[in-house]
Formats: sequence, structure tokens, C-alpha cells
Amino acid sequence: MSTNTESNVENNGAEGSVPSQEYLTFVLADESYGIDILKVQEIRGYDAVTKIANTPEFIKGVVNLRGLIVPIVDLRIKFGLGNVEYNEFTVVIILNLGTRIVGIVVDGVSDVMNLRGNQVRTVPDIVSSIDTKYITGLATVEDKMFILVDIEQLMTSQEMALMDSAVVH
Amino acid sequence: MSIDMSQFYEVFFDESEELLAEAERLLLGIDIASPDAEELNAIFRAAHSIKGGAATFGFMDMTEITHVLENLLDKIRKNEMALTAEHVDAFLSAKDVLKMELDGHRLATAVDQEQVANVKMMLKAFADAGGLEIKPTPAAPSAETSTPAVEPVVETASVAEVVATTATPALETTQADDGIKVFSIALPEVTEKDLNNLKEELGLLGDVTSNKQENGRFVFTLKTDSSQSDIISICSFILDPNDLVITQNSAAPAEAVAAIPVVAEDPGFGLFTDDVKSAPVTPTAAVEGKQDTKVKVHEEVGYGLFAKPGEETVEEGYGFFAPFAPHKDAVKAELIGDDTPVSAEAQAAAKPEAKVAEAVSSEVVKSAATAPARRESDKAPAASAETSSIRVGVEKVDQLINLVGELVITQAMIEQRVSKLDPINNEGLINSVSQLTRNTRDLQESVMSIRMMPMDFVFSRFPRMVRDLAAKLGKKVEFVTVGATTELDKGLIERIVDPLTHLVRNSVDHGVEMPDKRKASGKPETGRLTLSAAHKGGSIVIEVTDDGAGLNRDKLLAKAKTNGLDVSESMSDTDVFNLIFAPGFSTAEVVTDVSGRGVGMDVVKRNITAMGGSVEIRSALGFGTTISIALPLTLAILDGMSVSLGENIYVIPLNLIVETMQPKMEDIKTVTNEGLMIHVRGEYLPIIPLYALFKQDTEIMHPTEGVLLIIEAEGKKAALFVDALVGQQQVVIKSLETNYRKIQGVSGATIMGDGSVALILDVPTVIKMGQSNIKQGAYA
Repeated sequence: MSTNTESNVENNGAEGSVPSQEYLTFVLADESYGIDILKVQEIRGYDAVTKIANTPEFIKGVVNLRGLIVPIVDLRIKFGLGNVEYNEFTVVIILNLGTRIVGIVVDGVSDVMNLRGNQVRTVPDIVSSIDTKYITGLATVEDKMFILVDIEQLMTSQEMALMDSAVVH
Repeated sequence: MSIDMSQFYEVFFDESEELLAEAERLLLGIDIASPDAEELNAIFRAAHSIKGGAATFGFMDMTEITHVLENLLDKIRKNEMALTAEHVDAFLSAKDVLKMELDGHRLATAVDQEQVANVKMMLKAFADAGGLEIKPTPAAPSAETSTPAVEPVVETASVAEVVATTATPALETTQADDGIKVFSIALPEVTEKDLNNLKEELGLLGDVTSNKQENGRFVFTLKTDSSQSDIISICSFILDPNDLVITQNSAAPAEAVAAIPVVAEDPGFGLFTDDVKSAPVTPTAAVEGKQDTKVKVHEEVGYGLFAKPGEETVEEGYGFFAPFAPHKDAVKAELIGDDTPVSAEAQAAAKPEAKVAEAVSSEVVKSAATAPARRESDKAPAASAETSSIRVGVEKVDQLINLVGELVITQAMIEQRVSKLDPINNEGLINSVSQLTRNTRDLQESVMSIRMMPMDFVFSRFPRMVRDLAAKLGKKVEFVTVGATTELDKGLIERIVDPLTHLVRNSVDHGVEMPDKRKASGKPETGRLTLSAAHKGGSIVIEVTDDGAGLNRDKLLAKAKTNGLDVSESMSDTDVFNLIFAPGFSTAEVVTDVSGRGVGMDVVKRNITAMGGSVEIRSALGFGTTISIALPLTLAILDGMSVSLGENIYVIPLNLIVETMQPKMEDIKTVTNEGLMIHVRGEYLPIIPLYALFKQDTEIMHPTEGVLLIIEAEGKKAALFVDALVGQQQVVIKSLETNYRKIQGVSGATIMGDGSVALILDVPTVIKMGQSNIKQGAYA
């Protein structure tokens, strides 16, 4: 876990020919995740949600985002990361996935990082609560591992049951 | 032209459709014995505009029909032919054919070529039969629509005067015996591509030859039987018509053209510089004015031409202004002021520049002659329509409505917070907020009104339908609409068309009796069918009334009994009449005077209920039937009852709630100790506990502690058990599916005054869900 220890500030120079991408990193329990920053619309605090009947537990409900009705997904529940509490640090990341807007509940947002392609490692075959096909890679920065998630693929997948086509009872 | 024409197709389609609808409306309203000239002109204009557009876009089939249609209309318009009922029928079928062709181009639907050919033949036959005898025409009706631009009027008038004083009779339009006229069209500088396009377009009208001038410009010589305004219309798709110089003559076409630069460059003619250019399109006033005076105006083929302008003197010419001026006060004022100097100048200019004047006159006379009647009448209404409305995409309006909806919610939030403040210390703030409340409400109302459309949009399609249907059935029906200006949400307007069509057709078919039967029962032979719309409270009431046979209560009851419906003699009239809405209560067996009343009536009722409306029937045997539809004003807003369940608020559409009650213990029954039921006025209704249906936590577990709402949808009733009633309010409906998905039992969501989201219950589904839950014994 010591392949690359450059800070994101140095990375902003983006020297070399390897293309880089900016990620928003956030914390879920003890794990750090990164998602493509271009998918992020805004970050807001966790407000009261309106519960919706007969939906999976990780769908917290819907909120009013300036007149739009936006569903809120708690990734901690979805990823099975136990110990779910809602306090003043709990944050909702509002994602803009093309035509849809979805909010995800996380324990906290940490940073914006610029990662180059050669900093990203492939994912070994492991067992996790989400399919590894939604994990695009692992990156290590300053001895911390970041799990890079293809959030659009994940949120529009059948298992999230956020879309009508996903309703298979 | 290098631009892609296809991007204008939609505009053309929309416009043509509107024009066709307008033409139909006018045709139906026209008085055959003495048709209003303005109406005939309007029909002609519609046909003409469609023709111009169709030609531009290369829809030759439409051009052909409109062309023959136009020829025939032109003859009638010019009193060369009397309008007959057959003509109106022919025009109506031509309209149908055009609509069919339009749809063919737009939606790629099938076009019945045989019908097209038939109509074309029919129109041609009429046109030929009309004879070619030419009568003098009264003053063109466009005199009333004198051009609003004051300056050009004055100037044009004086140009025309110059013309009048100096032009020689030889400058009269030359017209070949066969109606073929020769126009020369001098073009401004154009690209070669435009030139070719133009040549092609003009080729549709007749033979075109182009000559290049020394200055590099082109002059087309066109032999055609079309009028000058046709040419202008065609050209205006490619060029600014003001840049065109069109002359109709047999003399050297270049003469008039050559004259233009002279006129423009002559300092003494400064006044005319712009005018000469615009003369071809704006000289109406002069010509029209003259027609009222002593000036001898000779009408040749309906165009105001000066037969012997030489007879006219300048002094007499001043007289033109007097009769002309009263048409428009502004013009009058302007004219009085400018009268002398303008004319003096015109006169002065006229003498030394006799040649110029002559050239100008040849042009002015001709364009003045041909352009006004059509061009002006074309332009005046178009101009006023442009200024009074704009075309905006529905999505833009919807976005605006959404934003205002947000504003209203935000405003409600502020109001709620302010109400908690100390009124004495915060008096200023509270006053400002209440002003904001008022302004927001006004804003919301105005914005909502954008989506509102007059009922005329729907009503206008019925006169034709009633006319055709009555003719087919051999009945006489007078169709009356009342309150066509009543406004309704566009979304609802579109959805009300089908049910209304059905009701109107039913009324003509089954309501109004045959003339002899009506006579026998002492009624006038002509039946009366009234379609009315009016606002009542927060809803709009649309009624279809006929003075026909009325519904026969006994026959309905008998029919219902044979159909196995649960009926009794003691039912109220309303309940009996409502039987016709029962599915399957239809024509199968003919019950003479109510035959067919019921075909699809259940569909009508279902459609209207789906729009949040209701239907009611009033009828008296022998006197007629009224079917009354009440609709909410808009789809975007719902009258709802908000109820609480645990921490959440749910909204239930108010029109689906029959009553609310706090039940007594003894009214609640169980079946096999499982499903709960409530005994209400002799009915046992299943109790659906919302907390169990939506798996919500609440402390109120027994119906006696909460509230029961009796809900009814699709003929089924149930008692919905919730914690408490919160209040009745109008809510803005938001879709859950935009960002999420459909939730069973929920039809949408709304945002409450405090910014929280409340779900709107889908009552029919809730009733179904409740029943299946009861069957599964999901709760006790």
C-alpha cells in the first residue's frame, strides 16, 4: 500500500500523459469511497425524509429539493456497513445521473482528489455486498485506500430498485 | 436558399392546420344568400396562405388543390359568381382533402388520391361553370383595414397623385385575352442559389425567363394567370418583398426598374426614397381613398386601376384625403398636417421629373392596383395577430408554472415562520410578508392563466360534425354554443374532446327526433343542441343539452332489470339516469327512444372521472336531456384532504372522499375475527388501515381512536383508517417517477407548506390493495 503517496495538491499539476480524473471522496463507516465528481450536483445536510411504503430499507424516502421530488438512498444500509446513525455530520450527496436526480446518504464528505490512470489498481475478486462490477478500481493516496465506484451504473442498476424497469417482484 | 427547409415544416403544419380550422369555421358561418365580403376574403386568404406555404415546401398536391380552390373563391369574391350551398359543400370537402394531405405529409398517414381527384374535379367544374363575365367590383373591403403606418400612407398617397396627374392611359395593365398576364420582377442583389430557388418557385405559377441587367441584377419575366400578390407571397419566402419591383406590363420591363435608382437619387424626391421601395406593398390608402371620390376609377378584374388618370387634376386629388381620413383618426390628423407640403412637393417633383414620375407611376399604378386588395387584407390581420400573441413551447410554460409553484411554497414557508414571530416587534416584516402573499397569489393566477385556452378550441369542431351528422340522419339541428370563451387548462381541453364528441354525437343521433316526429309532438322541426361552458366555483361546467325526446325512466329501469342490474322502482331519477353509464348498458337491444344511449357512455364517464371531474344527467321525458360535466380548472392542482399517519402526511383527492367519520365501537364488525368492517347507513364497507397497508408506525391502532374516510372509486367503496384529519387544501401535483419510480398506492407527491413532501394516495389502487390484503388476512 505504498505505491503512490502524492497528495492531491501535487496531482493538480496533472503532469505526464496519463489522463487524470477528479473524484469526490466520502466516508462510509471506516471505508473511503470515491465517485466521479462530474456526477455530483450538490452536497447538503440530512433532512427529514418522507418515508415511502413497501420499499427496501435502504431507500429512506423522498425529499423536496427545490421543488423536485428526489429519492434518498442510504448507502451504509445498502453496503451493509452497520451502525447507521443520523447526526449533524451525516451528509446527502445529490447525484445528477443524466435524466435523474438521486441523493445518497454518507457519513461524511472528505475531499476532492485528482487521480491519474496509473494510480488506479484493479479490484481483486472479493466478496462484498455490492457487485464488484460497480467498482471501477482501488486507489491509494497517503496510505489510505479509496474504493472507486461507478455510481451511475450502481444507482441505475436493478438491485437499487430506483427505476421502474427495476421493479421485478 | 442554403437553410434546411425541414426545420420550418412544423411551423407550416401548425399554421396550415389553424388556417384550415379557421376556414372551416368561416364556411360554416357564412350566409349563402349574401356572403360577407370580409369572410370570403378571409377564406380566400387561408387558402392562399396554405398554397404559398405548400409551394415553398414542395407539397405539390396541396398546392394544386388550393390553386383550384383559390380560383373558385376568387370568382365568388369578386362577385363573378354567386355563392351556393354546393360551393360551401365543395369548399368543406376541399378542406377535408387538404387536411388529409397535410396529415399525409406530417404524420405519413394515407391519402385517398381518388377523393383528392374528385374534389379537384368538382372545384374545377364549379370554376369553369361560373363563366368569365366580368362585373365591376365595389370598393375592396380592405378600405377599412387601412394601413396603420401613417407616414407611408401620406407619402404613398402623394406618389399616387403624381401618378394620377402624369400617367398616360397607355400605362394600364396589359392583359392578354386568356387571362395570362405578364409581370416583370426586378430583383435586388441575390445569390445565385436564391435566384435559382426563386426561379423554380415562380415556375410553379407560369413561364419564367430571367434576364441579367447591366448592373448585375436580374429581372424575371413571368407569364402567369396568378395575381401579383401571389408572386409577392412566393418571393417573400426568399426575399424581402420590399426589395422587389414587380411590374405588370407588356412594355419593356426594364423601364420601371431603371427608374428606381433615378428616383432614389433625386434629392427633390427625398421624401419618396423609402416610399418607392415600399410602394408596391403599401399603396392601399391612396387607391382606396380614390375610389370614394370623383376620381374615375375603373376596376379591371377587381384590381383598382386608373382607367384615365390623365383626367385627374392635382387639386381634385386633395379631395382624396377627406373621404379617406375618417377611416383612422390618427391618419386624419397626420394628413391634415402634411397635406399641403407633401402634395406641393409631389407636384413640384412631378413636373421636372415627368419621366421619372411616369416610370414611377407605371409601377405604382400597377402595384397599387394589384397589391392593395389582397396584400393589405393579408397583412392587417396578420400584423395584429402577431402583436397580440406569441408562440411559446408548452414546456417553457410548464417550467414557468413549476417555478411559480415553488415560489408559492417558499412563500407559504415564510408566512408560516413569520406567523410565529411577535406581531408587535416585527410589524414591518409581517406587513411586507402579507404583501408578498398577495403578489405571489396574483402571479400564480396570471401564470396559470397562460395554460388556459378558451373552450372555443373544442367547440369549434362541433358545428361541422353536427351539420354533417344531421344531414346524414335527415334531421334538422340548430347548434348553439354558449360560453365559448370560458377558459380551461390546455391539458384538460385536449382530453375533453373525445368525451364531448361522443356526447354531442349521441345527442344528435338519439336525442333529437326526426322532424316529423318533432312536429307531431308539437315541437319545432328543427331541434336545438346547445353546448355550453361556464365557471362555477373552482370548476368548469360543460353541458350538452338537446330538446329531444329525453330519457325514459321506465324503459331504463326495465332495461336495467333485464341486464341483471340491481335496481328498484324507488330509485331517484338521478340514479336511474346514471344507469346509462353502467358498463355494458348499451345498445344491444334497441329500446327505441333511448337506443344507443349507453354506447361507450361508461367510457365517457371513466375518462371524465380520470380527469378528476364528474358527470350528471338531467332529463325530462319529451323535453330533452342535459348532460353536465364538471371539471377541475387544471390538472396541475388538486383539491385534497391531508391526513396524518404517524409522522407522515398523506393527501387524498377530495372528490373521491364521500364522507369522514369517527366510528363507534358497535359499528365495527369483524368477519371470522379478521377483516374489519364498518356498518354505515345499511352498507358494510371494508376498513383499510393505512398503517398496515403502508407498514407505517403509529400509535393509533384501532379505528375508534382515529378517523375513517369513506372513499369511492370505480364504483367501489371502502373506509380508509387514518390517525387524524389535518386539513383541506389545494396541492400542486408532482410526479414521483421523474427521479424515482411508480409506487403502488401512490399517484404522486406534493410539497407542503413547511417544505416537506407528502404523498398523494391513488385511491382506486388503495382500495384494491386493501381488498387483497383483507383476503390474505394481512391484518386483524
